[in-house]
Amino acid sequence: MTPDKYFRRQKFVLTAVLVGMVLITLFAGDITRFDTADAFTAVPRVVRWSFRNFIPDEQAVSRLPRILSRLLDTIYMSVMASMIAAILAFPMALLGSRTTRVAGWLAGAARGFASVFRNIPIAAWALILILAFGTSDFTGFLALFFATFGFLSRAFMETIDEASASSVEALRAAGASYTQTVSQAVIPGSMPQMLSWMLYMIETNIRSATLVGILTGTGIGFQFDIYMKSLQYRSAAMIAICLIVTVLVIETISNALRRVIL
Amino acid sequence: MSTLILSSASNGRAKRRANRSIVLRQLTLPKLALRMTLLVLLAVTVIGFATIDTRDTDLREATGESARYFGIMFGSPEPSDQVTFGHAARQVLITLSLAFLTTLIGAVVAIVLGLFAARNLTNPRISNIIKGFISVIRAIPTVLWVLIFSIGAGLGAVAAVIGMSFHTVGYLLKAYSESFEELDAAVIEALRASGASWVQIVFQAVLPSSITYILSWTFIRFEINFAVAVAMGAAAGAGGIGFELFQAAWFRLDIAEIGYITYFIIAVALVMEIIATRLKRRYHIHD
Repeated sequence: MTPDKYFRRQKFVLTAVLVGMVLITLFAGDITRFDTADAFTAVPRVVRWSFRNFIPDEQAVSRLPRILSRLLDTIYMSVMASMIAAILAFPMALLGSRTTRVAGWLAGAARGFASVFRNIPIAAWALILILAFGTSDFTGFLALFFATFGFLSRAFMETIDEASASSVEALRAAGASYTQTVSQAVIPGSMPQMLSWMLYMIETNIRSATLVGILTGTGIGFQFDIYMKSLQYRSAAMIAICLIVTVLVIETISNALRRVIL
Repeated sequence: MSTLILSSASNGRAKRRANRSIVLRQLTLPKLALRMTLLVLLAVTVIGFATIDTRDTDLREATGESARYFGIMFGSPEPSDQVTFGHAARQVLITLSLAFLTTLIGAVVAIVLGLFAARNLTNPRISNIIKGFISVIRAIPTVLWVLIFSIGAGLGAVAAVIGMSFHTVGYLLKAYSESFEELDAAVIEALRASGASWVQIVFQAVLPSSITYILSWTFIRFEINFAVAVAMGAAAGAGGIGFELFQAAWFRLDIAEIGYITYFIIAVALVMEIIATRLKRRYHIHD
């Protein structure tokens, strides 16, 4: 291809992509009734609104004990969901991983199972579970657990593939049994990375728990929703500040831990 | 445990001790930290289970009931008067559109900020300010952003899209600035030496060399944003298929309909996951 022809083709592809994007944007704006002019002023309007209404006042501070107790429930819930999901995701990952799988069909089944779990959005889990388990913290825990299980299964599979392939091969060659290989090569080799994924899920779950809380009528998310709907914005702002502090603290601890263990 | 030696050395090689027994395992600092972390998490989990509020739900009964519901959902999903095939398809398109607009706005903002956050294109102070700012923004859950915008700027697609854009910017900014940072320093130096301005460097070297990464990462975020848009439809009234799911679960209590809607969501999510996995494999992307 001559350079001239190459550039002309590239220009054509670029134009086609741009036109396509513009058409999709117009369609998307139309079907959602997205008001572009409104969008440009939205951020300044919200900033102005926040300075007037979204700063905690004395009443919000007096509600701090209740907010903190909800926050604590939320932290417990995310740790529990991540821990239990990790414990169950590990055998799933052993079955699905290329280096440790027992049988081809079982590996395919494990991967497919994990994939379905991962692709059911957490909002769907929450709404499905609420029918039987009602509006309780336990429903929130279950929704977080199912979504985390799907995510960690795949993350662990990839970790085992990457971290322990060569040591598994070495142990197998030396005649080690399956249990020996798992306990001596897979677990020590991939544990740090797997713990890192768990810490990541704990962070993520604190944010997701807010969403799940709104859907299941529990926890810090529901409290935020109530304050917003009853026009007590200043108390809602207190919740937002507490969440920011919590997430940043957990992130800092996680990063420090990662530096040590990885 | 006489064979365990506490040592901060991170090499796992066996060491001979004075009594000539071979130490096969050393308890190094990383291992100790790992065990302590797991112990703490396990303790929190146990305490959490002991104190969790179940509002007197009979868990065994509820589990059986859930299993039956799941059976109906996945075994005999059915459209209803409200949610027909055409209606569900239209709602899925609305959710996809919300995700698309969010990704588009997020990508534009993230490219601009990403150029100022990439260490090879800017000074460290600006880079740190942007990254710190983004980590605060990311600490607030998306659903809070959407709820804040729907009160502060009025309900509707604008509040949903802009509210969802914040985490998109945070995610893409990291991806973009890292792919900008991969550009060979010699290229920038050569362009600078020949008198190219910052804008010229960006448009002639940085963007062209990272465009495939930018597009792949953007699609991966689009996939995530679909799930986010489903959630915001359910929790923050953003409309689309998530809102139908919320209606079906809270007000219509129609389990066959919930199943029907869930199948729609899973189908779209699976198709996008397949595309995203191919992109990740082709460009060796790890998220």
